[in-house]
Amino acid sequence: MNIRHAKTFLLGAIVLSFLVSLGANHFNSYWLFIAYDIGINIILAVSLNLINGYTGQFSLGHAGFMAVGAYTAAVITNQFGELNAVFSGAVFLGALLAGGLIAAVAGLLVGIPTLRLRGDYLAIVTLGFGEIIRVIFQNMNAVGGARGLSVLHGWTNFFWAFGFAAVTVYVVTALVHSTYGRGFIAVRDDEVAASAMGINPTKYKVTAFVIGAFFTGIAGGLYAHSKQFITPGGFNFMQSIAIVVMVILGGMGNTIGVIIAAVLLTLLPEFLRPVAEYRMIIYSLLLIILMLTRPQGLFSLRKSPAK
Amino acid sequence: MSEFFQQLINGLALGSILALIALGYTMVYGILRFINFAHGDIFMLGAFAGFYLAPKVATVLPTPSIWTGLAVMGISMLICAAIGIVIEKLAYRPLRKRPKLTVLITAIGVSLLIEYTCQNSHVFGASPKSFPALIPSYPIRLGNLSLNSNQLIVLGVTLALLFALRIIVLKTKIGMAMRALAFNPEAAALMGINTDVVISFTFGLGSALAAAAGILFAVNYPSIDPLMGILPGLKAFVAAVLGGIGNLPGAALGGVIIGVTETLVAGYISSTYRDAIAFGILILILLVKPSGLLGKKEIEKV
Repeated sequence: MNIRHAKTFLLGAIVLSFLVSLGANHFNSYWLFIAYDIGINIILAVSLNLINGYTGQFSLGHAGFMAVGAYTAAVITNQFGELNAVFSGAVFLGALLAGGLIAAVAGLLVGIPTLRLRGDYLAIVTLGFGEIIRVIFQNMNAVGGARGLSVLHGWTNFFWAFGFAAVTVYVVTALVHSTYGRGFIAVRDDEVAASAMGINPTKYKVTAFVIGAFFTGIAGGLYAHSKQFITPGGFNFMQSIAIVVMVILGGMGNTIGVIIAAVLLTLLPEFLRPVAEYRMIIYSLLLIILMLTRPQGLFSLRKSPAK
Repeated sequence: MSEFFQQLINGLALGSILALIALGYTMVYGILRFINFAHGDIFMLGAFAGFYLAPKVATVLPTPSIWTGLAVMGISMLICAAIGIVIEKLAYRPLRKRPKLTVLITAIGVSLLIEYTCQNSHVFGASPKSFPALIPSYPIRLGNLSLNSNQLIVLGVTLALLFALRIIVLKTKIGMAMRALAFNPEAAALMGINTDVVISFTFGLGSALAAAAGILFAVNYPSIDPLMGILPGLKAFVAAVLGGIGNLPGAALGGVIIGVTETLVAGYISSTYRDAIAFGILILILLVKPSGLLGKKEIEKV
């Protein structure tokens, strides 16, 4: 994505999503909810792409951060009753940001100890953290434990979902194209060489983790207020894998590709409904064949880095 | 006090099953340096192979008897060894020179493929199945302790398999080749060791042990489903890391430690936290001693 047009893109996307949300009543509500899912999945995939793709830290615990954001935002908005449009917007924005911040703190707590690890180990430890977060929510009776939590307000709409998707895309793109952000790519390409050039790899990895977790938390909040019911089981290992698949399919470190993949993989299940039983079989085969033939992702022109 | 010993025996039975799975992880990691994510699913396939074999074997041998158990376990081990070898040939071998991340993602893909194919209603179906009684089960009273003969059989079979594995790795030619490959793959290849054969053999051996673990698990907890391998697989991996990945006695030790800790926590603190214990141990060990309890520290050269 060309960075010079990024601000125009950001404004345009936010205005457009606002205009569309005004006319949302005219749309089929079934497709409207799928559209929210698309926005949420774009946030999830693009933020994971900052960690997995640009910084090269393979994380398998994204669903955990999503759970933190979802529960935080839901607990906050559940304190409020019926509100008018402006006030509810302010409360929702605050709740989403709070969810993002708490998720970012979780990202920091997970990141500082684990990011000394590499590759396989990091993947397993992040997976472990994701599972631990899930088990903690399962044992928290204040938020319903394993029975789940009802979210009173269905405040997620086109504007919020795509507005935040646009912000995520903008922030991640602007970040990795900035002077500071080149450090992420340097850490991915060669950690030893990067640290020889005066880049502190751990600092960059933790930064990527915290920013990624922040947006994931926001996506979790949007998810909670779209589905209006959340359970710890909904944020399991499979949910993490689903986000990872979007990033891999789109091409790690390729924002446009990842967005296309997020859209396609959200829509695909709707078209595969007649063969729903074969959906995950098709996904996993796709993943294996992709790795054997095009490890750089479907929508990437770049050759995979030779190791 | 007797409750403590009771829990300890339960933990040892669970731990020895985890140890058998962990050995497969650690052997593959020792040679290829990658986590075979699909290993937990081989464990599941082992249990299902037993489920479908049991009625057939029962027509030949008296059931339940120890011979039926051994026959079912043996055949299931052979089937899973073949599956392990085929997976390595089709999915991992073409990627051997690629970045580790590519192989890791492929392994996740293989794992999902096995899980969802088996959940398909035309294959095993997603609903749990009750595993038939292969071996006679007796309650045993030992003072205040009440044991089940199955638990003792699990311990006995595990010890026998560990002993057999030790002989294969330390006393046979192919075992020596495995150790050479784990030590230095290039040098081993230069010495005329056929790397592909040794890697296939390692996958076969690991998968056979996972299948045996699957049968033992199903005998002890007789409800099996296509997703039963995920958590034991992950916990066994933690066990392998705990003992020092690439180290065979370490994997067995790690399995026992995880099994016992988990059972004690479930028994004395809260059973809802049991699935988080293994991961807590993993994070702790990686922070304090990343090379594991019995592992050697690897120095990274630039």
